[in-house]
Amino acid sequence: MAKRNAPAKAKVAKSTWATKRGLAQMLKGGVIMDVVTPAEAKVAEEAGAVAVMALERVPSDIRRDGGVARMSDPDMIKGIQAVTSIPVMAKARIGHHVEAQILEALNVDYIDESEVLTPADDRFHINKHEFRVPFVCGCKDLGEALRRISEGAAMMRTKGEAGTGNIVEAVRHIRTVKEQIEALKGQSEKRLRAAAKEMRVPYELVKLTMKAGRLPVVNFVAGGIATPADAALSMWLGADGVFVGSGIFKSKSPAKTAAAIVQATTHWANPAILAEVSAGLGEAMKGIEMRTIPDAERLSSRGW
Amino acid sequence: MAGASRRKRQPVIGVMAVQGDFREHLDTLDAVGAVGREIRLPADLDGVDGLILPGGESTAMRKLYARWGLVAPVKALATRGAPILGTCAGAILLATKIADGDEPVLSLIDMEVRRNAFGRQLDSFETELKMQSLKASGGPTTLRAVFIRAPEILRVGPAASVVAQLEGGEIVAARQGNVVGISFHPEIAGETRLHRWLVEQAATTRRG
Repeated sequence: MAKRNAPAKAKVAKSTWATKRGLAQMLKGGVIMDVVTPAEAKVAEEAGAVAVMALERVPSDIRRDGGVARMSDPDMIKGIQAVTSIPVMAKARIGHHVEAQILEALNVDYIDESEVLTPADDRFHINKHEFRVPFVCGCKDLGEALRRISEGAAMMRTKGEAGTGNIVEAVRHIRTVKEQIEALKGQSEKRLRAAAKEMRVPYELVKLTMKAGRLPVVNFVAGGIATPADAALSMWLGADGVFVGSGIFKSKSPAKTAAAIVQATTHWANPAILAEVSAGLGEAMKGIEMRTIPDAERLSSRGW
Repeated sequence: MAGASRRKRQPVIGVMAVQGDFREHLDTLDAVGAVGREIRLPADLDGVDGLILPGGESTAMRKLYARWGLVAPVKALATRGAPILGTCAGAILLATKIADGDEPVLSLIDMEVRRNAFGRQLDSFETELKMQSLKASGGPTTLRAVFIRAPEILRVGPAASVVAQLEGGEIVAARQGNVVGISFHPEIAGETRLHRWLVEQAATTRRG
Protein backbone atom coordinates (compact mmCIF):
# COMPACT_ATOMS: atom_id res chain seq x y z
CA MET A 1 0.00 0.00 0.00
CA ALA A 2 1.19 3.47 -0.75
CA LYS A 3 2.33 5.19 2.36
CA ARG A 4 1.04 8.71 2.82
CA ASN A 5 3.93 11.17 2.84
CA ALA A 6 4.38 13.00 6.10
CA PRO A 7 5.15 16.70 5.59
CA ALA A 8 8.91 17.21 5.41
CA LYS A 9 10.28 18.39 8.72
CA ALA A 10 12.49 21.45 8.46
CA LYS A 11 15.94 20.67 9.83
CA VAL A 12 16.91 22.73 12.86
CA ALA A 13 20.66 23.31 13.22
CA LYS A 14 22.24 24.70 16.40
CA SER A 15 25.76 26.03 17.07
CA THR A 16 26.37 26.75 13.39
CA TRP A 17 28.93 29.31 12.24
CA ALA A 18 26.03 31.71 11.50
CA THR A 19 24.67 31.49 15.04
CA LYS A 20 28.12 31.68 16.66
CA ARG A 21 29.34 34.62 14.62
CA GLY A 22 25.82 36.07 14.63
CA LEU A 23 25.63 36.72 18.36
CA ALA A 24 28.77 38.84 18.10
CA GLN A 25 27.18 40.73 15.20
CA MET A 26 24.24 41.58 17.47
CA LEU A 27 26.58 42.98 20.14
CA LYS A 28 28.10 45.54 17.77
CA GLY A 29 27.99 49.20 18.65
CA GLY A 30 27.75 48.12 22.26
CA VAL A 31 29.72 47.82 25.47
CA ILE A 32 30.61 44.54 27.20
CA MET A 33 31.38 45.12 30.87
CA ASP A 34 33.43 43.10 33.37
CA VAL A 35 31.39 42.35 36.50
CA VAL A 36 32.35 40.42 39.63
CA THR A 37 28.98 40.29 41.46
CA PRO A 38 25.28 40.03 40.57
CA ALA A 39 24.85 43.61 41.85
CA GLU A 40 27.45 44.86 39.36
CA ALA A 41 25.72 42.89 36.59
CA LYS A 42 22.50 44.79 37.36
CA VAL A 43 24.37 48.11 37.24
CA ALA A 44 25.83 47.12 33.86
CA GLU A 45 22.46 46.09 32.41
CA GLU A 46 20.83 49.24 33.76
CA ALA A 47 23.54 51.35 32.09
CA GLY A 48 22.83 49.71 28.71
CA ALA A 49 25.61 47.09 28.47
CA VAL A 50 25.02 44.59 25.64
CA ALA A 51 26.64 41.75 27.61
CA VAL A 52 28.58 41.15 30.80
CA MET A 53 31.82 39.27 31.39
CA ALA A 54 31.48 37.36 34.65
CA LEU A 55 34.78 37.01 36.49
CA GLU A 56 36.13 36.86 40.04
CA ARG A 57 38.52 39.76 39.87
CA VAL A 58 38.78 42.60 37.35
CA PRO A 59 42.14 42.72 35.53
CA SER A 60 43.55 45.56 37.64
CA ASP A 61 43.05 43.43 40.76
CA ILE A 62 44.54 40.36 39.06
CA ARG A 63 47.54 42.51 38.18
CA ARG A 64 47.82 43.78 41.78
CA ASP A 65 47.34 40.37 43.44
CA GLY A 66 49.69 38.36 41.23
CA GLY A 67 49.63 34.57 41.47
CA VAL A 68 47.75 32.29 39.09
CA ALA A 69 44.45 33.61 37.74
CA ARG A 70 41.93 30.92 36.76
CA MET A 71 38.35 30.43 35.57
CA SER A 72 35.77 31.83 38.02
CA ASP A 73 33.76 29.76 40.51
CA PRO A 74 30.71 28.32 38.70
CA ASP A 75 28.45 29.53 41.53
CA MET A 76 29.58 33.08 40.87
CA ILE A 77 28.80 32.74 37.14
CA LYS A 78 25.39 31.19 37.88
CA GLY A 79 24.61 34.01 40.31
CA ILE A 80 25.20 36.54 37.54
CA GLN A 81 23.21 34.52 34.97
CA ALA A 82 20.31 34.48 37.43
CA VAL A 83 19.94 38.26 37.69
CA THR A 84 20.49 39.46 34.13
CA SER A 85 18.70 38.92 30.81
CA ILE A 86 21.62 40.05 28.64
CA PRO A 87 24.31 37.61 27.41
CA VAL A 88 26.81 36.40 30.01
CA MET A 89 30.37 35.67 28.92
CA ALA A 90 33.09 34.05 31.03
CA LYS A 91 36.84 33.56 30.73
CA ALA A 92 38.84 30.36 30.35
CA ARG A 93 42.64 30.20 30.48
CA ILE A 94 44.48 30.02 27.14
CA GLY A 95 44.61 26.35 26.11
CA HIS A 96 42.48 25.14 29.02
CA HIS A 97 40.13 22.77 27.21
CA VAL A 98 38.47 21.61 30.43
CA GLU A 99 37.73 25.06 31.82
CA ALA A 100 36.03 25.72 28.49
CA GLN A 101 34.03 22.49 28.81
CA ILE A 102 32.90 23.56 32.27
CA LEU A 103 31.84 26.98 31.00
CA GLU A 104 29.93 25.35 28.15
CA ALA A 105 28.20 23.08 30.67
CA LEU A 106 27.22 26.25 32.58
CA ASN A 107 25.50 27.45 29.40
CA VAL A 108 27.43 30.73 29.16
CA ASP A 109 26.73 32.67 25.98
CA TYR A 110 30.36 33.20 24.93
CA ILE A 111 33.75 32.01 26.23
CA ASP A 112 36.67 34.43 26.28
CA GLU A 113 39.92 32.46 25.92
CA SER A 114 41.77 35.18 27.72
CA GLU A 115 45.33 36.29 28.33
CA VAL A 116 44.05 38.09 31.44
CA LEU A 117 44.07 34.65 33.10
CA THR A 118 47.31 32.69 33.46
CA PRO A 119 47.83 30.51 30.34
CA ALA A 120 47.41 26.77 30.86
CA ASP A 121 49.16 25.58 27.71
CA ASP A 122 52.32 27.09 26.26
CA ARG A 123 51.88 25.40 22.87
CA PHE A 124 48.21 25.20 21.93
CA HIS A 125 45.20 27.42 22.17
CA ILE A 126 41.85 25.69 22.65
CA ASN A 127 40.54 23.92 19.53
CA LYS A 128 37.38 26.00 19.45
CA HIS A 129 35.80 24.04 16.58
CA GLU A 130 35.14 21.23 19.06
CA PHE A 131 32.75 23.37 21.10
CA ARG A 132 29.11 24.25 20.65
CA VAL A 133 29.53 27.55 22.51
CA PRO A 134 31.20 30.41 20.59
CA PHE A 135 34.59 31.89 21.57
CA VAL A 136 36.11 35.35 21.58
CA CYS A 137 39.92 35.62 21.61
CA GLY A 138 42.49 38.39 21.90
CA CYS A 139 44.95 39.58 19.25
CA LYS A 140 47.70 42.13 18.82
CA ASP A 141 48.05 41.81 15.07
CA LEU A 142 46.45 40.28 12.00
CA GLY A 143 48.35 36.98 12.13
CA GLU A 144 47.25 36.34 15.70
CA ALA A 145 43.65 37.21 14.81
CA LEU A 146 43.57 34.88 11.81
CA ARG A 147 45.23 32.03 13.74
CA ARG A 148 42.50 32.27 16.39
CA ILE A 149 39.78 32.45 13.74
CA SER A 150 41.18 29.37 11.99
CA GLU A 151 41.02 27.62 15.38
CA GLY A 152 37.32 28.48 15.49
CA ALA A 153 37.05 31.86 17.26
CA ALA A 154 33.78 33.55 16.19
CA MET A 155 34.70 36.99 17.55
CA MET A 156 37.95 38.85 18.17
CA ARG A 157 39.07 41.61 20.47
CA THR A 158 42.30 43.49 20.20
CA LYS A 159 44.10 42.93 23.50
CA GLY A 160 45.35 46.28 24.63
CA GLU A 161 46.87 45.99 28.10
CA ALA A 162 44.14 44.93 30.51
CA GLY A 163 43.86 46.47 33.95
CA THR A 164 45.95 49.54 33.18
CA GLY A 165 43.32 52.15 32.38
CA ASN A 166 45.79 53.19 29.68
CA ILE A 167 44.46 53.15 26.12
CA VAL A 168 47.82 53.29 24.32
CA GLU A 169 48.28 49.54 23.75
CA ALA A 170 44.67 49.13 22.63
CA VAL A 171 45.21 51.85 20.04
CA ARG A 172 48.45 50.23 18.89
CA HIS A 173 46.79 46.84 18.44
CA ILE A 174 43.75 47.97 16.47
CA ARG A 175 45.93 50.20 14.30
CA THR A 176 48.26 47.29 13.63
CA VAL A 177 45.41 44.99 12.57
CA LYS A 178 43.97 47.69 10.32
CA GLU A 179 47.30 48.54 8.70
CA GLN A 180 48.06 44.88 8.05
CA ILE A 181 44.67 44.36 6.39
CA GLU A 182 45.25 47.50 4.35
CA ALA A 183 48.62 46.11 3.23
CA LEU A 184 46.92 43.02 1.75
CA LYS A 185 44.88 45.11 -0.65
CA GLY A 186 45.63 44.55 -4.32
CA GLN A 187 48.37 41.99 -3.63
CA SER A 188 48.95 39.17 -6.09
CA GLU A 189 47.98 35.62 -5.20
CA LYS A 190 51.66 34.81 -4.78
CA ARG A 191 52.11 37.58 -2.22
CA LEU A 192 48.93 36.59 -0.38
CA ARG A 193 50.12 32.98 -0.21
CA ALA A 194 53.43 34.17 1.19
CA ALA A 195 51.60 36.28 3.77
CA ALA A 196 49.45 33.27 4.72
CA LYS A 197 52.53 31.15 5.16
CA GLU A 198 54.24 33.79 7.27
CA MET A 199 51.15 34.18 9.47
CA ARG A 200 50.70 30.36 9.59
CA VAL A 201 47.06 30.55 8.49
CA PRO A 202 45.09 29.16 5.51
CA TYR A 203 45.40 31.15 2.29
CA GLU A 204 41.59 31.24 1.90
CA LEU A 205 41.27 33.12 5.20
CA VAL A 206 43.80 35.73 4.08
CA LYS A 207 42.00 36.13 0.77
CA LEU A 208 38.65 36.51 2.52
CA THR A 209 40.09 39.19 4.80
CA MET A 210 41.66 41.04 1.90
CA LYS A 211 38.38 41.01 -0.05
CA ALA A 212 36.26 42.18 2.90
CA GLY A 213 38.80 44.78 3.95
CA ARG A 214 38.21 43.77 7.54
CA LEU A 215 38.43 40.72 9.80
CA PRO A 216 35.93 37.99 8.87
CA VAL A 217 34.42 38.16 12.36
CA VAL A 218 33.34 41.02 14.61
CA ASN A 219 36.26 42.79 16.32
CA PHE A 220 35.95 44.73 19.58
CA VAL A 221 38.62 46.80 21.28
CA ALA A 222 39.66 45.89 24.82
CA GLY A 223 42.38 46.56 27.38
CA GLY A 224 42.67 50.05 28.80
CA ILE A 225 39.37 51.84 28.13
CA ALA A 226 38.67 54.07 31.14
CA THR A 227 36.59 57.01 29.84
CA PRO A 228 33.79 57.73 27.34
CA ALA A 229 36.41 59.41 25.14
CA ASP A 230 38.51 56.22 25.15
CA ALA A 231 35.49 54.22 23.96
CA ALA A 232 34.77 56.77 21.22
CA LEU A 233 38.43 56.73 20.14
CA SER A 234 38.21 52.95 19.77
CA MET A 235 35.11 53.30 17.59
CA TRP A 236 36.78 56.04 15.55
CA LEU A 237 39.66 53.63 14.89
CA GLY A 238 37.19 51.12 13.48
CA ALA A 239 36.21 48.95 16.46
CA ASP A 240 32.85 47.17 16.22
CA GLY A 241 32.31 47.77 19.95
CA VAL A 242 34.24 47.84 23.23
CA PHE A 243 35.05 45.72 26.26
CA VAL A 244 35.48 47.67 29.48
CA GLY A 245 37.07 45.87 32.39
CA SER A 246 38.44 47.73 35.36
CA GLY A 247 37.47 51.12 33.88
CA ILE A 248 33.92 51.04 35.21
CA PHE A 249 33.94 49.54 38.67
CA LYS A 250 37.31 51.09 39.56
CA SER A 251 35.98 54.59 38.81
CA LYS A 252 34.46 57.03 41.32
CA SER A 253 30.90 56.61 40.02
CA PRO A 254 30.50 53.26 38.24
CA ALA A 255 26.81 53.56 37.24
CA LYS A 256 27.34 57.00 35.71
CA THR A 257 30.60 56.04 34.03
CA ALA A 258 29.03 52.88 32.61
CA ALA A 259 26.07 54.77 31.14
CA ALA A 260 28.37 57.47 29.75
CA ILE A 261 30.59 54.88 28.02
CA VAL A 262 27.47 53.29 26.45
CA GLN A 263 26.36 56.69 25.11
CA ALA A 264 29.87 57.46 23.83
CA THR A 265 30.07 54.12 21.98
CA THR A 266 26.85 54.92 20.08
CA HIS A 267 27.57 58.61 19.52
CA TRP A 268 31.34 58.28 18.99
CA ALA A 269 31.23 60.62 15.99
CA ASN A 270 29.33 63.40 17.78
CA PRO A 271 31.72 65.53 19.90
CA ALA A 272 28.88 67.63 21.40
CA ILE A 273 27.27 64.53 22.86
CA LEU A 274 30.66 63.22 23.98
CA ALA A 275 31.25 66.51 25.84
CA GLU A 276 27.86 66.18 27.51
CA VAL A 277 28.27 62.59 28.65
CA SER A 278 31.88 63.06 29.76
CA ALA A 279 30.97 65.83 32.21
CA GLY A 280 30.87 65.33 35.97
CA LEU A 281 31.88 61.68 36.13
CA GLY A 282 34.39 62.22 38.92
CA GLU A 283 37.73 60.52 38.98
CA ALA A 284 38.39 57.76 36.42
CA MET A 285 40.47 54.76 37.45
CA LYS A 286 44.00 55.87 38.27
CA GLY A 287 45.77 53.95 35.53
CA ILE A 288 49.34 52.83 34.93
CA GLU A 289 52.03 54.25 32.66
CA MET A 290 53.32 51.53 30.30
CA ARG A 291 57.03 52.10 31.01
CA THR A 292 56.44 51.11 34.63
CA ILE A 293 55.20 47.62 33.64
CA PRO A 294 58.05 45.12 33.17
CA ASP A 295 57.75 42.99 30.02
CA ALA A 296 57.16 39.86 32.08
CA GLU A 297 54.05 41.43 33.57
CA ARG A 298 52.48 42.43 30.24
CA LEU A 299 49.33 40.38 29.77
CA SER A 300 49.16 41.11 26.05
CA SER A 301 52.34 39.09 25.45
CA ARG A 302 50.49 35.92 26.50
CA GLY A 303 49.22 33.94 23.52
CA TRP A 304 50.81 33.90 20.09
CA MET B 1 21.33 69.28 -14.54
CA ALA B 2 17.80 69.09 -15.86
CA GLY B 3 18.00 65.33 -16.43
CA ALA B 4 19.07 64.69 -12.88
CA SER B 5 16.34 66.82 -11.32
CA ARG B 6 13.64 65.03 -13.32
CA ARG B 7 14.91 61.66 -12.10
CA LYS B 8 12.69 60.23 -9.42
CA ARG B 9 14.33 60.36 -6.01
CA GLN B 10 14.89 56.90 -4.58
CA PRO B 11 13.27 56.22 -1.22
CA VAL B 12 15.59 56.61 1.75
CA ILE B 13 15.55 53.75 4.24
CA GLY B 14 16.64 54.60 7.75
CA VAL B 15 18.38 51.96 9.85
CA MET B 16 18.35 52.56 13.59
CA ALA B 17 22.06 52.62 14.49
CA VAL B 18 22.11 53.15 18.24
CA GLN B 19 23.34 49.57 18.66
CA GLY B 20 23.18 46.19 16.93
CA ASP B 21 23.80 44.73 13.47
CA PHE B 22 22.84 47.87 11.55
CA ARG B 23 25.79 47.50 9.16
CA GLU B 24 24.42 44.15 7.94
CA HIS B 25 21.07 45.81 7.22
CA LEU B 26 22.78 48.70 5.39
CA ASP B 27 24.79 46.15 3.36
CA THR B 28 21.56 44.29 2.48
CA LEU B 29 19.91 47.55 1.38
CA ASP B 30 22.97 48.27 -0.69
CA ALA B 31 22.71 44.81 -2.26
CA VAL B 32 19.15 45.53 -3.42
CA GLY B 33 20.15 48.91 -4.77
CA ALA B 34 18.46 51.01 -2.09
CA VAL B 35 19.70 54.03 -0.19
CA GLY B 36 20.23 53.44 3.54
CA ARG B 37 20.90 55.93 6.31
CA GLU B 38 22.14 55.43 9.88
CA ILE B 39 19.76 56.84 12.48
CA ARG B 40 21.04 57.80 15.93
CA LEU B 41 19.16 61.02 16.66
CA PRO B 42 15.64 62.28 15.80
CA ALA B 43 16.98 64.73 13.21
CA ASP B 44 18.42 61.81 11.22
CA LEU B 45 14.83 60.69 10.52
CA ASP B 46 14.03 63.77 8.41
CA GLY B 47 13.14 62.66 4.87
CA VAL B 48 13.20 58.95 5.69
CA ASP B 49 10.60 56.85 3.81
CA GLY B 50 11.00 53.51 5.56
CA LEU B 51 12.77 52.21 8.63
CA ILE B 52 14.61 49.10 9.87
CA LEU B 53 15.09 48.28 13.54
CA PRO B 54 18.07 45.89 13.60
CA GLY B 55 18.96 43.01 15.90
CA GLY B 56 20.94 43.63 19.05
CA GLU B 57 20.18 43.96 22.74
CA SER B 58 16.76 45.45 23.29
CA THR B 59 17.61 46.49 26.88
CA ALA B 60 20.45 48.65 25.57
CA MET B 61 18.40 50.00 22.65
CA ARG B 62 15.44 51.04 24.79
CA LYS B 63 17.74 53.17 26.95
CA LEU B 64 19.32 54.83 23.95
CA TYR B 65 15.91 55.48 22.36
CA ALA B 66 14.62 57.04 25.58
CA ARG B 67 17.71 59.15 26.21
CA TRP B 68 17.63 60.83 22.78
CA GLY B 69 13.87 61.08 22.24
CA LEU B 70 13.62 58.56 19.39
CA VAL B 71 10.32 56.92 20.40
CA ALA B 72 7.93 59.70 19.34
CA PRO B 73 9.44 60.39 15.88
CA VAL B 74 9.53 56.67 15.01
CA LYS B 75 5.88 56.34 16.01
CA ALA B 76 5.06 59.41 13.91
CA LEU B 77 6.78 57.79 10.93
CA ALA B 78 4.56 54.70 11.33
CA THR B 79 1.47 56.91 11.58
CA ARG B 80 2.37 58.45 8.22
CA GLY B 81 2.28 54.93 6.75
CA ALA B 82 6.01 54.41 6.27
CA PRO B 83 6.93 50.70 6.31
CA ILE B 84 8.94 49.49 9.30
CA LEU B 85 10.76 46.17 9.69
CA GLY B 86 12.01 45.07 13.12
CA THR B 87 14.32 42.05 13.37
CA CYS B 88 14.78 40.21 16.68
CA ALA B 89 15.44 43.00 19.22
CA GLY B 90 13.69 45.31 16.76
CA ALA B 91 10.55 43.16 16.97
CA ILE B 92 10.65 43.40 20.77
CA LEU B 93 10.69 47.19 20.51
CA LEU B 94 7.63 47.07 18.21
CA ALA B 95 5.43 44.95 20.53
CA THR B 96 2.57 46.32 22.61
CA LYS B 97 3.44 43.91 25.42
CA ILE B 98 6.63 42.30 26.66
CA ALA B 99 6.26 39.24 28.89
CA ASP B 100 7.84 39.24 32.36
CA GLY B 101 7.73 42.87 33.22
CA ASP B 102 9.51 45.15 30.75
CA GLU B 103 7.55 48.20 29.59
CA PRO B 104 6.74 48.28 25.86
CA VAL B 105 8.75 50.78 23.77
CA LEU B 106 7.08 51.64 20.45
CA SER B 107 3.81 49.66 20.74
CA LEU B 108 3.31 49.52 16.97
CA ILE B 109 2.25 45.85 16.63
CA ASP B 110 -0.58 44.40 18.71
CA MET B 111 1.38 41.42 20.05
CA GLU B 112 3.01 40.05 23.17
CA VAL B 113 6.64 38.89 22.93
CA ARG B 114 8.93 37.00 25.25
CA ARG B 115 12.64 37.83 25.16
CA ASN B 116 15.14 34.93 24.88
CA ALA B 117 12.17 32.57 24.59
CA PHE B 118 14.20 29.74 23.03
CA GLY B 119 16.96 29.88 25.66
CA ARG B 120 20.54 31.10 25.81
CA GLN B 121 23.11 31.10 23.00
CA LEU B 122 23.50 27.29 22.90
CA ASP B 123 19.85 27.15 21.79
CA SER B 124 20.29 29.66 18.98
CA PHE B 125 19.44 27.92 15.71
CA GLU B 126 18.84 28.17 11.99
CA THR B 127 16.18 26.51 9.90
CA GLU B 128 14.09 26.76 6.75
CA LEU B 129 11.00 28.80 7.55
CA LYS B 130 7.71 29.04 5.69
CA MET B 131 6.54 32.61 5.69
CA GLN B 132 3.52 34.36 4.23
CA SER B 133 4.68 36.79 1.56
CA LEU B 134 4.40 40.41 2.71
CA LYS B 135 3.05 41.41 -0.69
CA ALA B 136 -0.75 41.47 -0.94
CA SER B 137 -0.62 39.20 -3.99
CA GLY B 138 1.98 36.75 -2.68
CA GLY B 139 1.56 33.29 -1.21
CA PRO B 140 3.84 31.43 1.20
CA THR B 141 7.59 31.44 0.59
CA THR B 142 10.45 29.59 2.25
CA LEU B 143 13.49 31.34 3.59
CA ARG B 144 16.61 30.60 5.60
CA ALA B 145 16.06 31.98 9.08
CA VAL B 146 18.73 32.43 11.77
CA PHE B 147 17.44 32.79 15.33
CA ILE B 148 19.88 34.18 17.92
CA ARG B 149 18.75 34.25 21.55
CA ALA B 150 15.51 34.99 19.77
CA PRO B 151 12.20 36.31 21.07
CA GLU B 152 8.94 34.46 20.49
CA ILE B 153 5.64 36.14 19.69
CA LEU B 154 3.35 34.61 22.31
CA ARG B 155 0.11 36.09 21.09
CA VAL B 156 -1.14 38.36 18.33
CA GLY B 157 -4.02 40.73 19.03
CA PRO B 158 -6.95 41.57 16.70
CA ALA B 159 -5.17 44.51 15.05
CA ALA B 160 -2.23 42.34 13.92
CA SER B 161 -1.78 39.10 11.97
CA VAL B 162 0.59 36.14 12.05
CA VAL B 163 3.05 35.97 9.16
CA ALA B 164 5.22 32.97 10.09
CA GLN B 165 5.26 30.11 12.58
CA LEU B 166 7.79 27.39 13.30
CA GLU B 167 6.65 23.80 12.85
CA GLY B 168 6.07 23.62 16.59
CA GLY B 169 3.55 26.45 16.25
CA GLU B 170 5.66 29.22 17.78
CA ILE B 171 4.86 32.56 16.12
CA VAL B 172 8.04 34.19 14.79
CA ALA B 173 6.68 36.91 12.49
CA ALA B 174 3.70 39.25 12.70
CA ARG B 175 2.52 42.44 11.05
CA GLN B 176 0.16 45.30 11.64
CA GLY B 177 -0.35 47.12 8.36
CA ASN B 178 3.04 48.27 7.14
CA VAL B 179 4.83 47.41 10.38
CA VAL B 180 6.45 43.97 10.46
CA GLY B 181 8.22 42.28 13.37
CA ILE B 182 10.25 39.08 12.95
CA SER B 183 12.20 37.01 15.50
CA PHE B 184 15.03 36.12 13.11
CA HIS B 185 17.76 37.71 11.00
CA PRO B 186 17.42 37.80 7.18
CA GLU B 187 20.28 40.32 7.15
CA ILE B 188 22.90 37.74 8.20
CA ALA B 189 21.53 34.93 6.02
CA GLY B 190 21.87 36.58 2.60
CA GLU B 191 18.08 36.88 2.46
CA THR B 192 16.99 40.04 0.63
CA ARG B 193 13.25 39.59 -0.02
CA LEU B 194 12.04 41.37 3.11
CA HIS B 195 14.31 44.32 2.39
CA ARG B 196 13.00 44.46 -1.19
CA TRP B 197 9.45 44.56 0.11
CA LEU B 198 10.34 47.38 2.48
CA VAL B 199 11.95 49.44 -0.29
CA GLU B 200 9.00 48.91 -2.66
CA GLN B 201 6.55 49.84 0.08
CA ALA B 202 8.58 52.94 0.93
CA ALA B 203 8.48 54.03 -2.71
CA THR B 204 4.69 53.63 -2.75
CA THR B 205 4.15 55.53 0.47
CA ARG B 206 6.41 58.27 -0.79
CA ARG B 207 4.44 58.69 -4.01
CA GLY B 208 1.13 58.49 -2.17
